[in-house]
Amino acid sequence: MSTEHAVIVGASHAAAQLGASLRQGGWQGKISIVGDEAIPPYHRPPLSKAYLAGEKHSDELLIRPAAFYEKSGIDLVLGSRVTEVDRENKKIVLHDGGSIPYGKLALATGARVRKLALPGHDLDGVFYLRDLGDVDRIRSFTGPGKSAVIVGGGYIGLETAASMRKLGMSVTVLEALPRVLQRVTAPEVSGFYSRIHREEGVHIITDAAVEALEGGSSVAGVKLADGTVLDADLVVIGVGVLPCTELAEAAGLAVDNGIVVDEFARTSDPNIVAAGDCTNHYNPLYDIRLRLESVQNATDQAKTAANTLCGKLEAYHTLPWFWSDQYDLKLQIAGLSQGFDSVVLRGASDTGRGFSAFYFSGDRLLAVDAINRPKEFMMVRRALTTGLSVDAAKLADETIDIQQAFS
Amino acid sequence: MPSVKFISHSGVESEVHVASGTTVMHAAVDNGVSGILADCGGACSCATCHCFVDEAWLAKVGEPDDVEAQMLDFVLDPQPNSRLSCQITVSDELDGLVIMLPESQI
Repeated sequence: MSTEHAVIVGASHAAAQLGASLRQGGWQGKISIVGDEAIPPYHRPPLSKAYLAGEKHSDELLIRPAAFYEKSGIDLVLGSRVTEVDRENKKIVLHDGGSIPYGKLALATGARVRKLALPGHDLDGVFYLRDLGDVDRIRSFTGPGKSAVIVGGGYIGLETAASMRKLGMSVTVLEALPRVLQRVTAPEVSGFYSRIHREEGVHIITDAAVEALEGGSSVAGVKLADGTVLDADLVVIGVGVLPCTELAEAAGLAVDNGIVVDEFARTSDPNIVAAGDCTNHYNPLYDIRLRLESVQNATDQAKTAANTLCGKLEAYHTLPWFWSDQYDLKLQIAGLSQGFDSVVLRGASDTGRGFSAFYFSGDRLLAVDAINRPKEFMMVRRALTTGLSVDAAKLADETIDIQQAFS
Repeated sequence: MPSVKFISHSGVESEVHVASGTTVMHAAVDNGVSGILADCGGACSCATCHCFVDEAWLAKVGEPDDVEAQMLDFVLDPQPNSRLSCQITVSDELDGLVIMLPESQI
């Protein structure tokens, strides 16, 4: 087993898993995790949920406590931004001019928020939401009775809206497209979330074109193209993320909507693997190359990358899954719905607090959005992983047990 | 601090001490006990922290709620004493808790 130095660039979900999996896989050499934030790798999903709502302390977000890394002989090099990967000399260069030599390198650089070039974007009280620090700053602007405008009706925007309602704030969500979650769900799921958020007191405006953020030093309002001005003590912009590929690109690695990796998480340099949000990889279950923004992908691909570095080639072939918690709604998604041509519903989307939407391409089940229906999520996850076939008519009939719909 | 004893599928025992209020899932993950994946970090969304509660502790640990029970139906090798370890909170009352780990989470 290698006694080389394994250096992991990035310190989030993929990095934490890579470090732990390298040790579990018998990596004998030094392991370093280099990240620009000051705290050890932490769970990001709660940032827009329990952490924003004040229900969790930052200590509770850590993926593993600092002591774990120490015990495992994993060096955490925190507060350090990597500015260059020098492949010729096999070292990374840090922002302070220092450098760290590597035998093997893992890029787990993640993604960063997509920014909007709106007039007023640099006013105080205008935020993006990606890091712990972002939420700490947002929280200094939250409070009962205050007004928040959220730009973007995707998962981050809607989760943020739900958390801010919990904090007693008045919340408006602006979505540029005709419906919330339009890029990622069927109309029935969008309709369901719009209804719930309205019932919970959120004001949703679709087809919204933001013209400017207004205010003195601090934001006070959001002006729309139709002339409407919405009061805002705080604005959170959640309009997607972009992969952090600059280091890879500058180092001459293949990059195409993400760092291009093979099924073993190898980049175009045999000494460098990559994992997580930053990668463009092949998914054999759907026969497509894609980039995924998810904890599941970060964790599972990191395991593949660690295996590869330990000399154990095992192709990455996991079913993607996701979750989103808003209010009392637990959304669990198994599979990838992109390219669907029909949707089968189980339960009612226009009343109540839970149903499932099953996505099909022809007679092939692609994915499920299961809202407060964990059993249906678990069933589909199993079916898509093991290749069970499905009877769509039985799926739609709630009097038939979900398991009877699969064979 | 209360202790939790984990017994792996192959019979390896590890005893850890954690503060009251820690979940059994965190007790394992934080101390590098393998066999618990906990991909979702404790949101009761992934069912990769499945464990078996030692029979002697079942009554004290209590029953899963409806969401957890539905997920447990679909873990590998579900048993009457199956639980998701992210949903069990360690307390002084559970000092000495014994948890068995499954062969595989997925």
